[in-house]
Amino acid sequence: MLKQADLLKAPTFELVGGDDPRLVLRGDWVVTALADVDQKLRHEALADSAALAELDVSELGSLDTAGAFLIDRTLRDLGGNPALTGCTDEVQSLLQQARTLATQEEHAPPIPEEGHGFVDLLERTGRNAEHLWHESLESLSFLGATLAALSTIIWRPAKMRWTALVSVMEEAGLDAVPIIAFLSFFVGMVVAFIGATTLAQFGATIFVVELVGFGVLRELGGVLVAIIIAGRTNSAFTAQIGAMKMRQEIDAMQTLGLNPMHVIVAPRVLAMMIMVPVLTFIGMLTAIAGGMTVGWLILDINPTVFFNRLQDNVPIDQFWIGMSKAPVFGLAIALIGCRQGLEVGGSVQSLGQHTTKSVVQALFAIIVIDAFFALFYQELGI
Amino acid sequence: MTGDVAIKVRGLKTAYGTHVVHEHLDLDVRRGEVMGIIGPSGCGKSVLLRAITGLKEPSAGEVHVFGEDVIHLQSEDVAALQSLWGIMFQDGALFSNLTVQENVMVPMKEHTDLALPLMKELADQKIRMSGLETWSGRKYPSDLSGGMRKRAALARALALDPPLLFLDEPTAGLDPITAAGFDQLIRDLQKSLGLTVFLVTHDVDTLAVTCDRIAVLGEKRVLAVGTMDELRKEPHPWIQDYFGGPRGRGAIMGAG
Repeated sequence: MLKQADLLKAPTFELVGGDDPRLVLRGDWVVTALADVDQKLRHEALADSAALAELDVSELGSLDTAGAFLIDRTLRDLGGNPALTGCTDEVQSLLQQARTLATQEEHAPPIPEEGHGFVDLLERTGRNAEHLWHESLESLSFLGATLAALSTIIWRPAKMRWTALVSVMEEAGLDAVPIIAFLSFFVGMVVAFIGATTLAQFGATIFVVELVGFGVLRELGGVLVAIIIAGRTNSAFTAQIGAMKMRQEIDAMQTLGLNPMHVIVAPRVLAMMIMVPVLTFIGMLTAIAGGMTVGWLILDINPTVFFNRLQDNVPIDQFWIGMSKAPVFGLAIALIGCRQGLEVGGSVQSLGQHTTKSVVQALFAIIVIDAFFALFYQELGI
Repeated sequence: MTGDVAIKVRGLKTAYGTHVVHEHLDLDVRRGEVMGIIGPSGCGKSVLLRAITGLKEPSAGEVHVFGEDVIHLQSEDVAALQSLWGIMFQDGALFSNLTVQENVMVPMKEHTDLALPLMKELADQKIRMSGLETWSGRKYPSDLSGGMRKRAALARALALDPPLLFLDEPTAGLDPITAAGFDQLIRDLQKSLGLTVFLVTHDVDTLAVTCDRIAVLGEKRVLAVGTMDELRKEPHPWIQDYFGGPRGRGAIMGAG
């Protein structure tokens, strides 16, 4: 195919001096061919010649608005009011239009200046600190609003979107079972391996059972599942709700008398509070299975022996400690995912920012909550 | 050569799954004319635009733009052809992570080797040309109103002074005064640049003011092509309803 640029003659200009300087334009002044002539017009000192008396466009090829702009810019730089020669109506109107556009009056609002000095740095730090404080407050108020919505639903279960609840339970819960089982199994194996190497030095490899039991039930099982869900479901929640926000679906809901807290947030929060414990339970089972596999294949601990020892030496309290954290993790994950989704503004960029924020905050929340639980149970002496 | 035909569509068939949108559709758009495309909602006006610009692959038929077979083009030729047309999508389709000025500069960056300062100046010119003020170039699309977004989208479509302009519902959702201004703008640009315009619209006023010829889409094909006066004599009931209805009559009286 013939490219448009191949058919064009390069635009050139020539200044004919004398008392009445004349600017002659040749070639095609169209946008795809203007790069060189723009450079020349900028660098060649047209300005120190006397005011232009005549602009000769009789040899001009084709002209578009970009070319007209460039010619007009040159004329404005040169000053004076040159006569046009060899001008067709088209060229005249294009040049006229360029002049009108360039000299249009505008009422631009002032641009706020952003400083980069030391004081500005302090100011930004202060702003960010305040922002962090507000963010925490907002999260708490969102928790409050969610609890209020949930309590309304307890009094009037008809307000609950059961279909949405079940659908989220399947998407975020059931569909996550394979990955959670798989990863937990391997983490169980790793724990057993680490324990085996260290314990073998004391000839106490049998204590691998306690290590796996305590480690997985009390801490690892729950935290691992929460982290996987934070990566998997949190981002999905934020992206879904954020896209709904961008397309004004949330606004539509509100005007139709639907409360987004009931329709969107409540089912997700409830679903996560139900499914995260279930997933944690599955994660614990497969992690123990992983530990047991290592014990059996590498350390010669028979599964029967493994289970008997687990039953005798690892109290059931440890299981309940691990499980007690799961609904709280679920609640935190769902809340953060939904809140960030509802915060999304109009742009694609804001969707990306809030999705990232959502996952980071969820991971942060999981670790902090886990630390608080550890402290709490430590004080209780369990 | 193709003479004075800018867009030539022959035997076009497009389908989504089993749902056939067009079948045996023929259409010619001449160089330098404004062709209005009308038809009932869901008759595939926008799909036709997508088929012509290569966004939707047709199941059968041929589409030629400036003599080039759009469907079977090699990738470099596609780029060359793309610099010859500007498209304004229905809801603007501005890149939301770029400012308006940067949006207008995107086609220039892609298809020309202009220096950055000139690109910025030209972008500002295009922004003013579409009826916005220069400082709105600093804004992001999400900060603009619907009408301003349409103007910004038009500025981007005009960035390269393309000889062919596709407009998808340019005046939908605008107030009548702004819409009239928009119609005038399109007409002026078309006159001063000799543009060929492919205009999909529902707006009878826009048709009356801007279009040289009008193609009526329906029943999976082009029902009729002609000037407004010719179409008013068409016996097809939809066309009669369209121009004979209260809004159609008002627009024709206004234009006359």
